[in-house]
Amino acid sequence: MDQSSPPGLQGLADRKATRGPNLVTPNQPIVFDEEACTGCNLCIEACPIDVLVPQASPGAVPLVLYPDECWYCGCCEMRCPEYDAGAIRINFPLMQRARWKRRATGEHFRLGMKNPPPPNTRPPV
Amino acid sequence: MDTPDDNAAWPYPVTYGDEVEVEADVLILGGGASGCSAALAAARAGARVVVLDKGATRYSGAAGSGFDHWMDCPSNPASTVDPEHYTRMPIDDYKGGYGNYISTYITARDSYDVLLELEQLGMQIRDVNDEFVGAPFRDEQTKLLYAYDYTTRNCLRVWGTGLKPALFNALRRNRVQVLERTMATALLTENGTVGSRVIGCTAVNVRTGAFLVCKAKAVVMCMATPERLWIFSSELTGLVGRDGPPTNAGNGHAMAFRAGAEFARMESSTHEEWGGATGIGTVMFGSGSNFASWYPCSIVDANGKEVPWLGKGGQPLETVAERTNPRPEDGFFHLVLGPEEGQAPSIPQLIPDLQERIEQGEYTLPLYANLPGMPAADRRAIFGLMIGQEGHTWTVYRQLTQAGFDPDKDQLQVYERGNAPLGWRRLRYGAMTHDWTLKTTLDGLWAAGQQVFDGIGVAQACSTGRWAGTHAAEFASDIAHAPIVRSQVDAEKARVYGPVMRDDGVSWKELSGGIAKVMQEYCGDRKNETLMRIGLRYLEELKEAEATTLCARNPHELMRAIEALDILTCCEMIMHASLARQASCSWLFFERLDFPDDDPAAWHKWVTIRLEGDRVVAGDLALDYAGDLERNYARHNRTSVEA
Repeated sequence: MDQSSPPGLQGLADRKATRGPNLVTPNQPIVFDEEACTGCNLCIEACPIDVLVPQASPGAVPLVLYPDECWYCGCCEMRCPEYDAGAIRINFPLMQRARWKRRATGEHFRLGMKNPPPPNTRPPV
Repeated sequence: MDTPDDNAAWPYPVTYGDEVEVEADVLILGGGASGCSAALAAARAGARVVVLDKGATRYSGAAGSGFDHWMDCPSNPASTVDPEHYTRMPIDDYKGGYGNYISTYITARDSYDVLLELEQLGMQIRDVNDEFVGAPFRDEQTKLLYAYDYTTRNCLRVWGTGLKPALFNALRRNRVQVLERTMATALLTENGTVGSRVIGCTAVNVRTGAFLVCKAKAVVMCMATPERLWIFSSELTGLVGRDGPPTNAGNGHAMAFRAGAEFARMESSTHEEWGGATGIGTVMFGSGSNFASWYPCSIVDANGKEVPWLGKGGQPLETVAERTNPRPEDGFFHLVLGPEEGQAPSIPQLIPDLQERIEQGEYTLPLYANLPGMPAADRRAIFGLMIGQEGHTWTVYRQLTQAGFDPDKDQLQVYERGNAPLGWRRLRYGAMTHDWTLKTTLDGLWAAGQQVFDGIGVAQACSTGRWAGTHAAEFASDIAHAPIVRSQVDAEKARVYGPVMRDDGVSWKELSGGIAKVMQEYCGDRKNETLMRIGLRYLEELKEAEATTLCARNPHELMRAIEALDILTCCEMIMHASLARQASCSWLFFERLDFPDDDPAAWHKWVTIRLEGDRVVAGDLALDYAGDLERNYARHNRTSVEA
């Protein structure tokens, strides 16, 4: 029987399985952009819960050591000097993302959707 | 995603057991809104002040990431309500007298002065950019913005993300010594005995594990009420309780109880229903609502049909303006939670039978917050000011708008408890009893913020903090340090470091889950003596068995382990208080199956508990022990302009 791979599955037979780690939470509450983050660690000092710890190498992005203890308050983002450059983002759990409906058209949207509408650039008050 | 290496070295130097000593005139425990306010007041009164905060003081506490309402402010110039009436009406009419007249009145009198002080420190309290010119909730002269009640004007809309940074910077300018990542573990008492004067505390650094002994002439307890007592699961969405941060583990309650302080209202503690740990909750303020930050947002069903609102007298309200302007016979609107689940009877609300009418097909799920249907100024105030300044919402505003959400066009879906009637789970607050100076029953120990029973809100936290800090400084100016008793310190050291002496054993998470199960089984919504006696027995067993095998691999886990032990103490306190009140009381959301009569006259009082030696002693206190509000306030006022 011809066992040629369907599209997108080239190399499937060589994929390795690992033991884990078996993560303590399904969520990734804080995501860093390694390019934009300068490793200043101000977010570590801002977090009231101590979710983050510094990495051994200077300038590296902080380690999210206790993701299960995060309560998504956003103080790390508020403190980040490179927020606008995308250095850090709170990542709401998939089970907790807001959904909305456009009144005029009845279209449905959600946070994290594949083809989102253009950003609303109006700043808060 | 980075995955931590299990065997990697701890990133901070570890110095378990190393002892540091500090000395303060006034020691503040907890660095949230109340703690920082107490510290600032004590420093301004000339005291040498030390703050211990297990978090990061710039952002710690329930208001750490922001807040949007400055409640309880009838002292502001636009209010038409007398502070005494403002204090008494909600407690008398909606709490059956089971409220804190002292702290509410102090807040009603002082909170505008406190707000002006915060403005001086750099927090924005006015619409300085004139974004809301002409809005019905704006005072054109002062540029102050009001919430809920645009006629009588007792609650302000403010820029609360600036609160903690402003307070934190002020502490540094006033030479307050702030020791962050430092968790207080026990109060030290004169001669080391329960019930004696408080003379300091012990603490542990949650990064290095170093030990700290702090000697103090006066201590102000400013830590939060305990959470995650009945429901615990950290895996789903974090350690999210409904009201406060995961640092709220009742450390202050537990250590003050162990030192002999008297507590009231602990039997009124109820479980958190909406925390992320249940798997039901949503990101706070990040879904459509008509309540709190979202008041008075219109709610529509899937077909755009509006859900009607009812006024305070039960009359239908046709317009948004009617939701924010009481009729003369309504008095004033006040966000007080009544005895009915999810209801705030002193403000307009949605029809109470919404759930039934959904079931009968009158409204079609899902429901939406109809921001585009709101007047432009109210819409911008809700989504732009409130959502933007409330705790968590700096992020919520940015995430939603970056994803294209536009309040001018979009209706945000409502998720509250799977579309049950909108509203709040009743809040639960038991804490230390206190006199008019906010001194507790222990000499040398004051209470502020959530340590004041029935305390709620940032205005109350800051106002009671300022009041208590001032009185503590006055006491400290006239008294010497008392000698620390070494054996008391050593006993606490042995307790604190137990978990890091073990290589394996029970984790803080498993212990927390075990405690929660005992509370679910034996101290739930319906209680009786048999249940609670068995429950106390099982809490005791947890203490003797699993708690003695509690294991922590680093100072951070040690913090969580000590929290779990403190939660265990808080659960015992709740069971003892619940046993002591031998009557049901719907005002306190308290149901005893073996004493079904609701609030009988003989039990219409506070029931108190305290430790005497190693025995729990119950007592009582008249509900109106505050006496004459105006006279007692004047007698004890050291802070406001009239002093």
